[in-house]
Amino acid sequence: MDIYSENILDHYQNPKNKGKIKNPSSSAEDFNPSCGDKIHMDVLINKDGVVEDIKFDGSGCAISQASASMLTEMVIGKKIEDVRKMEKKELLDTLGITLGVVRLKCALLPFKVLKLTIYSYLGKTLEEQIY
Amino acid sequence: MNVKKDFPILKREVNGKPLIYLDSAATSQKPKAVIDSLTYYYENYNANTHRGIHTLSEEATDAFEKAREKVAKFINAERIEEIIFVRNTTEAINGVMRGFAHDYLKKDNIILTTIMEHHSNIVPWQQLAKEKKAKLEFIDITNNGLLKMNEFDGKIKNAKLLAITHCSNVLGTINPLKEMIKKAHKYAIPVIVDAAQSVPHMKVDVQDLDVDFLAFSGHKMLAPTGAGVLYVKRKYLDRMQPFLFGGNMIKEVHKDYASWNELPWKFEAGTSDIADVIGLGAAIDYLEKIGMNNVRDHEKELIKYALEKLSNVEDLEIYGPTNPNLKGGVISFNIKGIHPHDVSEILNSEGIAIRSGHACAQPLLKRLGVAAIARASFYIYNTKSDVDALVKGLEKVKKVLKK
Repeated sequence: MDIYSENILDHYQNPKNKGKIKNPSSSAEDFNPSCGDKIHMDVLINKDGVVEDIKFDGSGCAISQASASMLTEMVIGKKIEDVRKMEKKELLDTLGITLGVVRLKCALLPFKVLKLTIYSYLGKTLEEQIY
Repeated sequence: MNVKKDFPILKREVNGKPLIYLDSAATSQKPKAVIDSLTYYYENYNANTHRGIHTLSEEATDAFEKAREKVAKFINAERIEEIIFVRNTTEAINGVMRGFAHDYLKKDNIILTTIMEHHSNIVPWQQLAKEKKAKLEFIDITNNGLLKMNEFDGKIKNAKLLAITHCSNVLGTINPLKEMIKKAHKYAIPVIVDAAQSVPHMKVDVQDLDVDFLAFSGHKMLAPTGAGVLYVKRKYLDRMQPFLFGGNMIKEVHKDYASWNELPWKFEAGTSDIADVIGLGAAIDYLEKIGMNNVRDHEKELIKYALEKLSNVEDLEIYGPTNPNLKGGVISFNIKGIHPHDVSEILNSEGIAIRSGHACAQPLLKRLGVAAIARASFYIYNTKSDVDALVKGLEKVKKVLKK
């Protein structure tokens, strides 16, 4: 129950950066088979290699939606190399809640999709174990 | 019926609240008698079966084979050798697929199943269809979650095999098996039944149904995990080939060939799950004492009560039939705008355990047009006050999460 903190509920009910980018530099999508949560992400990267804009779309539980919303806020203005190196701990610390193994996947789905967009932008394959 | 006291786990608390367990369709809790049977076995006569001459092995073999007799009697099998012990329903269906259907099916043959199946009764047939270049066809459901019987009548004529669930683990729908098997047999089509959600909850009589293959799991009927059952009608036993090879299933082994053990042991390769099969025997004793008709009546009453109560919860949609006579002890639902994982999480904070997700029935959920469901399922230890707690919990879910 503690996981529905005010912060989480706020991002769930009023998600930031939800929608699509018209001409994204990169996009990716993934879903969580156990619950059907689906996240799509568009990212716009400028000539300096900085994340200028990012939007997410999709449906899912409060945790996956809030996590996606917070994650987008975290990466805007960051260099893609820093986003590529970003560790999941950073996101989990920002979420500020303790999650069990099952709900951890909900929280990390947006993280995985973000990494997919970056790796695909760099022409690389995501080899990092996310879950 | 008040048997809660027989189940030690139901005394525990979750998040400071008494546990209310509404996930028996996934796995049931175990009564003390079953747990004791395991301890007694390990402390007193743990030994491998069918091999030793010593006392322990004699006792273990005797208890193991007694469990087989109990299972045979429980589902009214004509003969004891029609009972094959496996791990679970999935393994049983795979056994029929490998041991029987693999030789029986030819190219372009149709395997007929339904859209309400658990993955365990879809994926093995998908694999076989691919291997044999056969076809897998599905019978659709009505908006009430019942099988479209006119569709069945049309499709069964051209099918070669029927694989069907007795009771849906999502909709709760109890299918009119007897009638369907009769029609299938008119065209000489063998029928495989997934009885994982029926055998634990109602009287199932394999001779009355005239079913050819029937699969179920002990762990959903008070028994330990690891003891599942495949029933094979005698006339198919000789046509069936072993699907696992090695120890115990042989009669004679030479360097270049081997011959098979007698029925049913030729289908039970390697050391069996001895303790858990003995535990299944203890579970059957427990259920027989209550009586399967009483089990069904109890659940029917609970379902009726729960459907009434839940129909008053605003924004709640229930999937499947709402007639308790056509429904097993399962209610799947969604609250508009709230993900079932969140429903389950908040209920858990009240000590209430329900299932959320795809319930191993992705094609059905797709057919229903939902990505996930919440599911409450009942068994003998549940009471009307558990239903009341669920309803109260759902109000809390809405309060926490409504936008």
